[in-house]
Amino acid sequence: MNAVMLPKRELSPGREFASGFARDRIALGALWVLCALLIATLIAPWISPQNPYDLAQLDILDAKLAPGAKAAAGYTYWLGTDDQGRDMVSAILYGLRISLGVGVLSTVAALGLGLVIGLVSARAGGWVDALIMRIVDLQLSFPAILVALILLALAGQGVDKIIIALVVVQWAYYARTVRGAALVELKKEYVDAAICAGYSGTRILYRHVLPNVLPPLIVVATVQVAHAIALEATLSFLGLGMPITSPSLGLLIANGYTHLLSGKYWISFFPGIALLVTIVAINLVGDQLRDVLNPRLK
Amino acid sequence: MLNFMLRRLAQSAATLFVMSLLVFTGVYAIGNPVDILINPQADQAEIAQTIAQLGLDKPLWQQYWIFLKGAFSGDLGKSFAASIPAIELIFERMPATLELAFTAMLIAIVFGIPLGLLAGLKPDSWIGRSIMAGSILGFSLPTFWVGLMLIMVFSVQLGWLPTTGRGATVDVFGIPVSFLTWDGIRHLILPATNLALFQLALLIRLVRAGTREAMLQDYVRYARAKGVSERDVVRVHVLRNILIPVVTVVGLELGSLIAFAVVTETVFAWPGMGKLLIDSINVLDRPVIVAYLLVIVFLFILINLLVDLLYTALDPRVRLKGAR
Repeated sequence: MNAVMLPKRELSPGREFASGFARDRIALGALWVLCALLIATLIAPWISPQNPYDLAQLDILDAKLAPGAKAAAGYTYWLGTDDQGRDMVSAILYGLRISLGVGVLSTVAALGLGLVIGLVSARAGGWVDALIMRIVDLQLSFPAILVALILLALAGQGVDKIIIALVVVQWAYYARTVRGAALVELKKEYVDAAICAGYSGTRILYRHVLPNVLPPLIVVATVQVAHAIALEATLSFLGLGMPITSPSLGLLIANGYTHLLSGKYWISFFPGIALLVTIVAINLVGDQLRDVLNPRLK
Repeated sequence: MLNFMLRRLAQSAATLFVMSLLVFTGVYAIGNPVDILINPQADQAEIAQTIAQLGLDKPLWQQYWIFLKGAFSGDLGKSFAASIPAIELIFERMPATLELAFTAMLIAIVFGIPLGLLAGLKPDSWIGRSIMAGSILGFSLPTFWVGLMLIMVFSVQLGWLPTTGRGATVDVFGIPVSFLTWDGIRHLILPATNLALFQLALLIRLVRAGTREAMLQDYVRYARAKGVSERDVVRVHVLRNILIPVVTVVGLELGSLIAFAVVTETVFAWPGMGKLLIDSINVLDRPVIVAYLLVIVFLFILINLLVDLLYTALDPRVRLKGAR
């Protein structure tokens, strides 16, 4: 191990972090997979063989073809086609786009909301703090899927509604974590120094405390993206999530459910594999981030 | 102890009150309750009668009172689809869900504790590593997709087990159960395994962490020094100490299982409460949705209360903290 012989302070924090992360080969591999997936979803319109939602490009005669079959248009359906004659590779790339987009967007929104509420709660103290924390306790005593189900059952489906539901099930967790971390930070000397320097409470909260509570939270958020994606897929599968016009991976799997019983496995199988690879990659990267950034494990 | 129990009971009552308020707001204040609670196919006279019966022409606080009274007397409106009281429909389906959830929990415990112990005792061996890799997979796999794959492999390809439904049931004290008939068991295996996977992964992690921690404790070293066999060290000293967190988690996760049963029941067409909920959402049978919400909230609060009381009985430290 070369890293052991080098004195630690010669490495910049960024380099040290990078070498720490790369120590686990599995996590490094997961990071590559994740990058590849992200790039593939970003450039999906240019690399997918067809636009799966342009009806002019679909040929109903190609419906339910097995993986490897040749298309009338000349290219090969490597992962088969669905009941509309849609190329599964293209459908998965577009679906992954929607799934990742919803997962990331809702997690960022929940993080922002939880951050503000947690900071306000920590700063306000007293009955405001108590009230917010009771709400958090109440919500966290129910599983996320149940809360999301209740919301969507009452509100109906739609892209906006599922994002709202995903934000609602996640914010409480961040709020509680931020509040705890902020309470610790508020007792530290640099906060006293800032108070002595005459800065306002709000400024101290956002300019001094926030940067110190944010990094561990971002690590938690990476893993939460995976949870959000899985939850969205589940809700979409149940018919409560994404509308048919925004076919995420969950909807693709639901679509293949009826054909599964007649042995046409690929319509459900491959979107599920894409979902699984994405979730596992995010989890592995998130776990490694946590381990590398956790000073107690060094 | 009594003091703690009373306070905990009051807390549960408060939660129940808040939740009833939330559900009420969701149904009555956000949407139009006429749309939600009255069958769209009802004629004018029927609508007028239901409005009067539900008190929808009264001020909001009186409506809430009527809603509460209805909820407590078990009258939550009639299902549009089945034309019987919604709550009856829920109770009719509840045994199937509970049977599924308990079977899944049993599977998770029977496999999770030994596997977790093994992984905890030999964390660096290949078997310990593969158990942990499996547990990570169990966390990451979306339940509904695993369900589909189970059907694909064991029902469609191999043809060993039936794809959907509950199979033959036998009445025990008037409650239909399926684990007493061979056909019922065959129908139960796949959905219960599917539902158990996540809990299994969770239990493995929990038991493994507990075991690793316990093995480093002084009492284990002392027991070894005393000449206690390795088997007895594990059985008497390690296992007993990790059982408290395991009991708590198993209890709390029971609620989670009932919630996740919605997914498994939909995949396997298992005729439980969860499938009923999804079916009702699809046909907009709103009284059933409202009834399901109230029943599940009540169930959850009850489970949380029971787990807390059980925990207090098992671990005296909690009791002391509560009394102080």
